[in-house]
Amino acid sequence: MTATTTDAGRPGSTDSAPLLELRGIDKSFGAVQVLHDVTLTARLGRVTALVGDNGAGKSTLIKGIAGIHPFDSGDYLFEGKPVHVHNPKQANALGVEVVYQDLALCDNLDIVQNLYLGREVTSSGVLDELTMEQRAAETLASLSVRTVKSIRQKVASLSGGQRQTVAIARAVLWNSKLVILDEPTAALGVAQTEQVLRLVRRLADNGLAVILISHNMNDVLAVADDIAVLYLGRMTAQVEAKDVDHSEIVKLITGGARTDEADEADAPDDGSGTTTTDGAQS
Amino acid sequence: MSTADEPLDSSNVTQTSLSDSFREYVARLRGGDVGPLPAILGLALLVIVFSSLRPDTFTNPFNFANLLIQSAPVIVIAMGLVFVLLLGEIDLSAGFTAGVAGGILGVVATRHDQPWYFGVLACLATGAVIGLFIGILVSRIGIPSFVVTLALFLALQGILLKVIGQGGTIRIKSGTILAIMSNNLPIWLGWLVFLGIVVAYAGITFLQMQTRRKRGLVTQSPTVWLVKIVALTVLLGLCTYYLSIERSRNVAVTSIKGVPIVIPVVLVLLVLLSMLLTRTVFGRHVYAVGGNAEAARRAGINVARIRLLCFVLCSTIAAVAGVLLASRVNSVTPSTGGGETLLYAVGAAVIGGTSLFGGKGRPVDAIIGGLVVAVVANGMLLLNQAAAVVYMVTGLVLLLAAGVDALSRKRAAASGRG
Repeated sequence: MTATTTDAGRPGSTDSAPLLELRGIDKSFGAVQVLHDVTLTARLGRVTALVGDNGAGKSTLIKGIAGIHPFDSGDYLFEGKPVHVHNPKQANALGVEVVYQDLALCDNLDIVQNLYLGREVTSSGVLDELTMEQRAAETLASLSVRTVKSIRQKVASLSGGQRQTVAIARAVLWNSKLVILDEPTAALGVAQTEQVLRLVRRLADNGLAVILISHNMNDVLAVADDIAVLYLGRMTAQVEAKDVDHSEIVKLITGGARTDEADEADAPDDGSGTTTTDGAQS
Repeated sequence: MSTADEPLDSSNVTQTSLSDSFREYVARLRGGDVGPLPAILGLALLVIVFSSLRPDTFTNPFNFANLLIQSAPVIVIAMGLVFVLLLGEIDLSAGFTAGVAGGILGVVATRHDQPWYFGVLACLATGAVIGLFIGILVSRIGIPSFVVTLALFLALQGILLKVIGQGGTIRIKSGTILAIMSNNLPIWLGWLVFLGIVVAYAGITFLQMQTRRKRGLVTQSPTVWLVKIVALTVLLGLCTYYLSIERSRNVAVTSIKGVPIVIPVVLVLLVLLSMLLTRTVFGRHVYAVGGNAEAARRAGINVARIRLLCFVLCSTIAAVAGVLLASRVNSVTPSTGGGETLLYAVGAAVIGGTSLFGGKGRPVDAIIGGLVVAVVANGMLLLNQAAAVVYMVTGLVLLLAAGVDALSRKRAAASGRG
């Protein structure tokens, strides 16, 4: 992955310094080792898709990045510097935001109130609604969100795609650098999936690093620049999306025959990866 | 909302017209967000029915003032209950919290001959301590609020008996305390208060509109603003006028006219609590916890602390109602705050549009709902109905309100995901 990209439309290039770099990550829950020597790189301006079958360790990996379940060992480098992330607050302070599958929005509050929940702007002890509303409008505009009628409408009245949009907007409102999206299109229809994927692409084009977890290979190939594949707790490959096609990714995910590149990536391993069974639980 | 959302660049629209506002309101109603509308319609209907059935007694100024004064303690307890109902919790002991707090007021002000303000302070502190106790049991230990407050409903009755002790009643002698429920503002002061409210409301909302426009945010149209001001002026003006009429049955003996003192007291409480809920971080977090506690927790909100504070607030406000109850009958007895007080208060909040499921409600709901409850009780009494019928009808009204609440919630859930 040393070749420079020729895709001038995208700000992120493969040889830019990685924003997030994980090396040799191990994580166990009790006797069960979920992550083995995992490596992952995320760069500014690029969407990195994290794929893998159920139980491959995707959730464990992002929870570790977000500080919910800190890693046991390994290097966590952020902007080139080693950091220690032991709780979600530390991750937030670095500029890491996670949008979980269940979104965690309050239906009875409006869009602005949800965007600022827990980090309300106040002036002399009183909520500064005007500033919050203005900044919320600016954030949504920067993401080219034009589908909501009023940013003062209750979240309960929004469609699934719009709710996802609000949750993503909330993640980027805080000068975040890395946004992790957990299955953002899982519950959406075709049109809304399209809408959310465009938003994901825009996040990266605006200069953020994005990690996208998805089961949907079409989604992955549509927006991702890099694809990282987890198989039974091991990172079997991190490849550029343009170098692989649909069937090759599926092969990597299911641990079947591998492409040359995947074999190379696997080479430093002791070779016992495919025979272990202890990584099957996440 | 359909999936084919009409693209609308909000930066182009900086003012909503009257018809826009109306359409938006209708859409909200259809979406299940009915707010206090059923209560307002019900109130209007009840007033019309009772006025036509008992034109001479129901509508006379004496009964009108009496109705407002009587409803005050229930309304105040209901305003406190709004805070716990917003979290989806309940406080069944609020009535007797008012009773015990009133008892402490009597002990301090009458038995120990302290000035009235010490009595009121002790009364409020009692409420806060009871609330703290409930809050700790619910938020830290995790006992359901229904059970905790049901237990306190019994225990506080015992404490009230103990506080009052032998004799069965504590008389309230302080003139200031008694004046709250039995005296009226001078006519001119009543009109001055009326004027102050209207001017303050108009001025503040106008300034808000100006700032929003200056910063390029969507603003309501001046017509909508004017309609609101006119409605408020007419409504409050009529009430003030009606309360300024001589309502003594025998003017030779005594003259009764003017706005009862308790009305501005309740209004001040309404403004304070409304500001707390809508203008502060605490209030925002109360709604968030009530709407989705898990989302609130993930947003970094200390959910247990919000729960605790809401119970403290609820009981402290109930203590204010304790002062009103004591003032109303000049004494505190073992039944102060008992009987139907609490259920009327819960009914008032729910009838006014506060949801039993949490996340939805405002202090003003308590006033609208409290008036409905008071009109039902008062009107039925004037129709010479037996207590049995009054209870049954009030129970039905409460069931009806809870039904509307549940149905509108279902409707909101159905229309929520477009």
